[in-house]
Amino acid sequence: MEKLLSGNEAIAEGAIYAGCRFFAGYPITPSSDLAERMSFRLPQVGGRFIQMEDEIASAGAIIGASLCGIKSMTATSGPGFSLMQEHISFAAMAEVPIVIANIQRGGPSTGLPTFPSQQDMMQARWGAHGDYEAITLVPCSVEECFYLTVKAFNLSEKYRVPAFILSDEVIAHLREKVRIPEPGEIEVIDREKPRVPPEQYYPYDDSQGEVPPLAAFGSGYRYHVTGLAHDITGFPTHDPEKVGRLLKRIVDKIRNHVSEIVEYEEYMVEDADILVFSYGCTSRACKEAIQELRRDGVRVGLWRPKVIWPFPEEELKKAASGKKAVLVVEMNYKQIGYEVERILCDMRVHWMGRADGEIIPPEEIEEEVKCILTS
Amino acid sequence: MYTDIVREYLRKDKFPSIWCPGCGHGIILGALLRAVYKLGWDKNKIVLVSGIGCSGRTPGYVDFNTLHTTHGRALAFATGIKMANPELHVIAVMGDGDAVAIGGNHFIHTARRNLDITAIVYNNSIYGMTGGQVSPTTPVGARATTAPYGCVEKPFDVVELALGSGATFVARGSSYHVPMLDNIIKEALAHKGFSVVDVITTCPTTFGRRNRLTDDPVKNLEWIKERLVPLSKWEKMSEEERKGKLPFGIFRKQELPELTELYHEMDLKVRGEK
Repeated sequence: MEKLLSGNEAIAEGAIYAGCRFFAGYPITPSSDLAERMSFRLPQVGGRFIQMEDEIASAGAIIGASLCGIKSMTATSGPGFSLMQEHISFAAMAEVPIVIANIQRGGPSTGLPTFPSQQDMMQARWGAHGDYEAITLVPCSVEECFYLTVKAFNLSEKYRVPAFILSDEVIAHLREKVRIPEPGEIEVIDREKPRVPPEQYYPYDDSQGEVPPLAAFGSGYRYHVTGLAHDITGFPTHDPEKVGRLLKRIVDKIRNHVSEIVEYEEYMVEDADILVFSYGCTSRACKEAIQELRRDGVRVGLWRPKVIWPFPEEELKKAASGKKAVLVVEMNYKQIGYEVERILCDMRVHWMGRADGEIIPPEEIEEEVKCILTS
Repeated sequence: MYTDIVREYLRKDKFPSIWCPGCGHGIILGALLRAVYKLGWDKNKIVLVSGIGCSGRTPGYVDFNTLHTTHGRALAFATGIKMANPELHVIAVMGDGDAVAIGGNHFIHTARRNLDITAIVYNNSIYGMTGGQVSPTTPVGARATTAPYGCVEKPFDVVELALGSGATFVARGSSYHVPMLDNIIKEALAHKGFSVVDVITTCPTTFGRRNRLTDDPVKNLEWIKERLVPLSKWEKMSEEERKGKLPFGIFRKQELPELTELYHEMDLKVRGEK
């Protein structure tokens, strides 16, 4: 079935396809129409929508619902994402799957509510207190909003982590054709349930793997969940060995599986001298610039991550190997640019960006590539 | 007999508790467990949620589905749980700072929604876990580590706040009047809708010692006895007599449509089944 949808609507439809049946949210531009869509759609499919009193409550409510075995999400934008960090940290520590769509707008603070930016890239990585790993996906089209939302739920369920969809004001309100797959056509992953009887169940038992099965509240498995450091039984502990083991597992369950999690697009990369690194709405302008430059015989290609956290380090290194230079293009004052410099430390890494509410036009990217070639 | 019942619901290997000698929290927990027993609820269908602080440690000691959340947010998590699975009995225990300072917004909105959750406020007028700082229920003049010259601000009346926010069951009990507390909590749990029980309790360690009550639990409990008057008596008291006193009992018990039931009705209409 094909539908004409906005990016935000596509995230809502992707969530429902993935099995999301609970949404708790608080209005904020430019994400509000995502909540509106969910309030309309969820009752049709046996789900529940609730508008909470703030973003902190929204994030808390989805963790509560997820602990009952219901796939749950919320949507917000920068200021709301900041408020949710407390519970992102909780979900990471307690290993409760949740999905948050952050439709980025201009910041800092109230910033530019109705204009796009990519200023929350590092907040998605390091926003909450403590050491943890989460997963962040960056769609560049309406169709990708759908597919990456399904993927966000799948990864969140598979690894028991918070997963974020970092869209932006451009993609959110762009309307494009989306092919909605038939049920069963694309994989939908549900969290693993315990295979042992309740008396043998420990919610953080790592003996069978890095991601322990998660029982639903009310299913006969009575266990304890806390944001305090805990042992495999879920109860608080100060024992350095047990705490260290928990924290190491929380980061390793993602860091040891980066190659299975990441996804990226390579466009005209093979023979390229210059590699443009970009993501989200900005990558669309890059693609257009590359098409123009190719017409002039400039060998340039695009490397676009669809999953940005965990960062596709090895994959990028491989793609950049042998290139003359890399150009990072993003709508902020250098966030991912520093990450690329760190990873490609022996290469020429250029950066261009802006954070004034205006998208970066293809012509400016063309100019920058030409400058690099002549420098 | 009740001791055996209470033990049935406890995670015995988690004791001794972190609560100080003379703390009122264990008395409230006992009342809660006796109330659950009287209602005959299945342990598998009870979710006990807490925030942060001394009260926040309650879930760790009981053999239900238990969730120790973040400071002030117990009701936000509880809302998600009840909405996701209305069959579950959801109980939130909170301290006074937890419930009406940092959690004030969640408290008033959960009351407004009339979601079937029981909120029990362990109200000891102090931030105990962090060492005795002034709380939104510290009486004027009482000393705290952040009110060394006595509390200047007027406190919240948790009952008035719950009534004003639309809670459909509102009561006050205390860790001194135990048989009455058992009954109040039982009624609160059985009530269909949002129920609030403000439980006046003691913190000898951080409140008593700074307020001429010493750390003697009896003196602290007597302070409750001196201040609390039954609602029936309160209603006959003059303004002058009411000074420095608090009424206890059941203030409101009202049957109004519960939120998950309202949503269920809406679902049937949306899907054309009604």
